[in-house]
Amino acid sequence: MRDVAVIGVGLTKFGDLWETPLRDLFAEATLACVKDADIDKKQIQSAYIGCMTSGLFVAQEHLASILCDYAGLNPIGATRVESACASGGAAFRAAYLEVASGASDFVLAGGVEKMNDGADATYCLATAADQEYEVYHGVTFPGLYAMIAHAHMHRYGTTAEQLAAVAVKNHRNGAKNPYAQFPMEISIDTVLKSVRVAEPLGLMDCSPVTDGAGAALLCPVEVAKDLGRPFVKIIGSGHATDSIALHDRADLAAIPVVGRAARRAYEQAGVGSKDIDFCEVHDCFTIAEIVCTEELGFFERGHGGPSAADGLTALDGQIPINTSGGLKSKGHPVGATGIAQIAEVFWQLTGQAGERQLKKSPRLGMAQNMGGSGGSSTVHILEVVS
Amino acid sequence: MISPRYHREIPQRYRLEAAKCDGCGKIHFPPRKVCRECGGESFTTTNLPSRGKVVTHTTIWIPPAPFEDQKPYVVAIVELENGVRLTCMVAEAPPDEVTIGTEVEIIFRKLQSGRDWEVLQYGYKARVVG
Repeated sequence: MRDVAVIGVGLTKFGDLWETPLRDLFAEATLACVKDADIDKKQIQSAYIGCMTSGLFVAQEHLASILCDYAGLNPIGATRVESACASGGAAFRAAYLEVASGASDFVLAGGVEKMNDGADATYCLATAADQEYEVYHGVTFPGLYAMIAHAHMHRYGTTAEQLAAVAVKNHRNGAKNPYAQFPMEISIDTVLKSVRVAEPLGLMDCSPVTDGAGAALLCPVEVAKDLGRPFVKIIGSGHATDSIALHDRADLAAIPVVGRAARRAYEQAGVGSKDIDFCEVHDCFTIAEIVCTEELGFFERGHGGPSAADGLTALDGQIPINTSGGLKSKGHPVGATGIAQIAEVFWQLTGQAGERQLKKSPRLGMAQNMGGSGGSSTVHILEVVS
Repeated sequence: MISPRYHREIPQRYRLEAAKCDGCGKIHFPPRKVCRECGGESFTTTNLPSRGKVVTHTTIWIPPAPFEDQKPYVVAIVELENGVRLTCMVAEAPPDEVTIGTEVEIIFRKLQSGRDWEVLQYGYKARVVG
């Protein structure tokens, strides 16, 4: 296996992009990425594109073809990758493996989702759960995380205020992110008094419905060294699956798939949770960030809530989580999220994160992407190369 | 939902038919081809008990369209007396009556009215006991 670098990233603005169709979202992110990497687009040999459910959102499948066509990437080989909300992370891993294997030198990892074209988003997203044995019984996606939240509260005493602290912190970070869908600060009270979605989660515990795309360009480290530009090295890539149905997991106050993916990434990288300087965590709901920070080893089980409330995950905290604003403030175009996380890690590691740049020059960054209620997860560890 | 898709789940939705692994005894609901516990591929049909307790729950305020007329409603993961867990609505229960540990029994109910030409959809819900 060859060492692999990320040499450039690109994002669209995240939000309600009524004037931009699916195909142009991906093209825009790809063009930004190619410009950032400063290579000739013709050098790209292959692409993996994460997208959860364009078929339901905009009735378009056969994505690799249409997206590469409109991004000017034809006739390269390209594959659409689906793992619900972890589609972007899974696409990134596929691109990583293709470069690492020696099969290709320049591979694009992309992600896209067009969620605001009139489809019932609650219905579309629920297809990431078990259709016959969860969704049939009236469960929604927020409902599944709400049940994880109740289990966590019951076991560890986690409070609604601690959940709210996650949203407040992520909006504080997102307010500094020009790509964010909701770049405004909010208060604990705003979260606690928000419209109820699925008890104990209110609207402000939930990530929004978002249009957006992202792209990252990968090549071998040996090739990246000759490009004369800042790059980061992928030192760990973990991937795992678990039962799709929440009720089939023994511990409902945990999301074990995240811990499993993380252990594989840590093992490959030869580092531990204490070595990670910051992390983009899949905060599709506030409770998800709390549980994932425990699964990733940043906090002991049950300590995720108090740690968020005490500021340990803030920009200047012990382990900054979601410096981008996370899914909550930046937005969550599901297939694009895993790539957007990589973009944030790339920007932080190369000192390009603007107002939200971490003060102590970070060396190791992590991105954790998750599908469904924890049916799949990817974890990537990136290291800056100076 | 088209009728063949509905029809093939009837043994589970109407009768709680599960599959007991002939190798390790683990009971799976719904039945599956490969045992999650031991990898066994041979099973015997068994019916689940109807009593159990709530292990976690939520109240859905914003449902998908087919459930709009029932909101707000309680959904729970119920652990039955033999340890098997399933997800279902808790019928006839005010939200504050259901908590972790609440004892319930499984009952047969209409779940969704269906739209247009779709079949009426039935299955199990839980009901608070006592």
